[in-house]
Amino acid sequence: MSSINSFREQRKKEKEKEFSSNNLPKRHLIGRIWRYIYTLSTFFGILILAVLLLDIVNDSFGYIAISEKVPVATLSADGTPLEMMPKSQLISILKEHLSKNRIKTLEKAKPLDELTEEELIAIIIEDVVQLQIEKVWGLYDSIFRKDEINAFMAQELPEATLTFTHWLDRAFITSPQSSSALYAGVRTAIMGSLYVIFITVAVAFPIGIGAAIYLQEYATDNWINQVIETNINNLAGVPSIIYGMLGLAIFVRVMAPLTSGALFGYPSADPNNGRTILSAGLTMSLLILPVIIINAQEAIKAVPNSLREAAFGVGATKWQTVWNHVIPNAMSGILTGTILSISRAFGETAPLIIVGATTYITFDPDGVFSKFTSLPVQIYQWAARPQDEFRSIAAAAIIVLMVLLLALNTTAILLRNRFSRRYQ
Amino acid sequence: MAAISNTVSDSMGKSETINLRKQMRVGESIIQAFLFFCAAVSILTTLGIVIILFRESLRFFASPEVDLLQFFTSTTWQPKLGQFGIWPLLTATLMTTAIAMLVATPIGLFVAIYMSEYATESARNKIKPTLEILAGVPTVVYGYFALTWMTPLLRGIFGKDVVGIYNTASAGLVMGILLLPLIATMSEDALHAVPRSLREAAFSLGATKFETSVKVVVPAAISGIAAAILLAVSRAVGETMIVALAAGAGPNFTFNPFKAAETVTGHIVRISGGDLSYDSLDYNSLFALALVLFFVTLILNLISARVVKAFREEYE
Repeated sequence: MSSINSFREQRKKEKEKEFSSNNLPKRHLIGRIWRYIYTLSTFFGILILAVLLLDIVNDSFGYIAISEKVPVATLSADGTPLEMMPKSQLISILKEHLSKNRIKTLEKAKPLDELTEEELIAIIIEDVVQLQIEKVWGLYDSIFRKDEINAFMAQELPEATLTFTHWLDRAFITSPQSSSALYAGVRTAIMGSLYVIFITVAVAFPIGIGAAIYLQEYATDNWINQVIETNINNLAGVPSIIYGMLGLAIFVRVMAPLTSGALFGYPSADPNNGRTILSAGLTMSLLILPVIIINAQEAIKAVPNSLREAAFGVGATKWQTVWNHVIPNAMSGILTGTILSISRAFGETAPLIIVGATTYITFDPDGVFSKFTSLPVQIYQWAARPQDEFRSIAAAAIIVLMVLLLALNTTAILLRNRFSRRYQ
Repeated sequence: MAAISNTVSDSMGKSETINLRKQMRVGESIIQAFLFFCAAVSILTTLGIVIILFRESLRFFASPEVDLLQFFTSTTWQPKLGQFGIWPLLTATLMTTAIAMLVATPIGLFVAIYMSEYATESARNKIKPTLEILAGVPTVVYGYFALTWMTPLLRGIFGKDVVGIYNTASAGLVMGILLLPLIATMSEDALHAVPRSLREAAFSLGATKFETSVKVVVPAAISGIAAAILLAVSRAVGETMIVALAAGAGPNFTFNPFKAAETVTGHIVRISGGDLSYDSLDYNSLFALALVLFFVTLILNLISARVVKAFREEYE
């Protein structure tokens, strides 16, 4: 008995100790410390976004050291700049420095005499002078470490000239892909991306809305509809690379005669190679379909039931109710969801690489059966190259991509505001 | 015309009969059938994925160079030498995922607790969209970030001879940053859904804000938090572009996070980016890898959905 009593007393003391106000400062201190940890974590998240953006801006501007394989000054005896030379002299410079075969290919594209002086100078700079990038600096170094750069230039690269470059300029957006970082641009990539997105939306938008309408308005609670519902949720979690494999096996390979355009008599179509914009667009539409359906379902769910009942009450059929009342009222939600999933598709890279966006092409795609490349794939390829200048143009391309995505998301918000209707 | 006049003459003197049966409307039926087809596209997609992955994988395992047992036990993946052991690719995936989760889980959870329990309404309305921007950045941009910022940073801290140009640590850390907003926003939703009365009960018993949030609110929302973490793991396993750019190009059986190693997804992208001829062993092997990937992520997603159901605390 006594042992139990003493045990009870001990417990009581322990409890008192635990709940006594003595430990209150300690508990508050712990609370404060954790509060700081929580706040710091949140700042970390925002900070990292800032660092990410700064890193990209830093890489897309800055000094570059360029050397000329054949210095411009040596091209003419008396040192006249290229811009002042007559056409005949420019042509003679070309003939002097280039091999006969190269001249022949140039002549084939367009006879040299018919080219303008600017075009001739461009050819001379590219083929004769052959600019080479020796070293690239970021924006931070270019502003704060100018002295070190100058010292480095004097010591290591006395021949080269130092110029401040905006990698992201008008020429970058309007020129096609090129093997040299100095002349490369994102025009072909942007065109490719837009074509693919166009196909994606044209396929996924109607099917997505159709599926959402079926599931929300028509489907009764039977097993097949439950299977469809569960299945859509699972599809939304499948990694995008798996969709790429599906596209490779079905659209690129099995449906090659259709997707390559051979069935439609598309010129230069290879009936065994379906690595075209159409295949990519179809693959992407399967990828974003679950997201569109889920978002559209939410939007349709939000339409009040009284609207449907009022329509039925005046004798409308099911489809009339859906078409005239449910869809218009759910449109803002549907559009927002769709645009958000489009912006996801726009940045998607892996499935496009798998269905064959890696072709090196310098021409704009001319239709859905064309070979293509896309902006994120282009960024991937440039970033994967070891040379610094390609990383710089990758950074510039990232800025283009982010601006396009921002524009898309802003459109989504504007549309939501424009179409939104409120009840009650 | 005839039908109408018929009913008129019939109804002479009698009470008018109206046909109350549901009328067959062909247009409506066609529309409904089309809508059902739209919904069924998702089933076709799943069937397509499963059939394609199984068929090509079967071809892969049926070829004489490949041995199913070796596929799941060997630690070398050298297609040129006929060595197909998935472990080097799996360990790389495992490592990047583990590193990413080590970063994303605590920080994401802390951010969620801060947003839900500590931040004012206006601060919360600013932080959440910022995190959503972070979540909307394309993964190839994160890959670039890993390659040009994280890797030089790691090499600066640990030394250039310790950290390789390509390494799983850099890819994993940046992947953690990618997953942070996912965990933060999903967990915040779960924490936010915990009824206010629970917090007030804890406060009235003398608990501090910290004790309330950690001992009452977080346990009450644990199902949502666990689902968020599982979903993040599944995203990490399937994540491609970060590892393709920063983790390395070449299977390597190693547990050193500073060494280059290729993940399952990185391998698929690298091989399919090159010249790939149909029905070659390389081509078929990609589908076997994709099948493994598909099942791992599917199981994770299913468990995640199950966890939400099983551990949900119902209030009111």
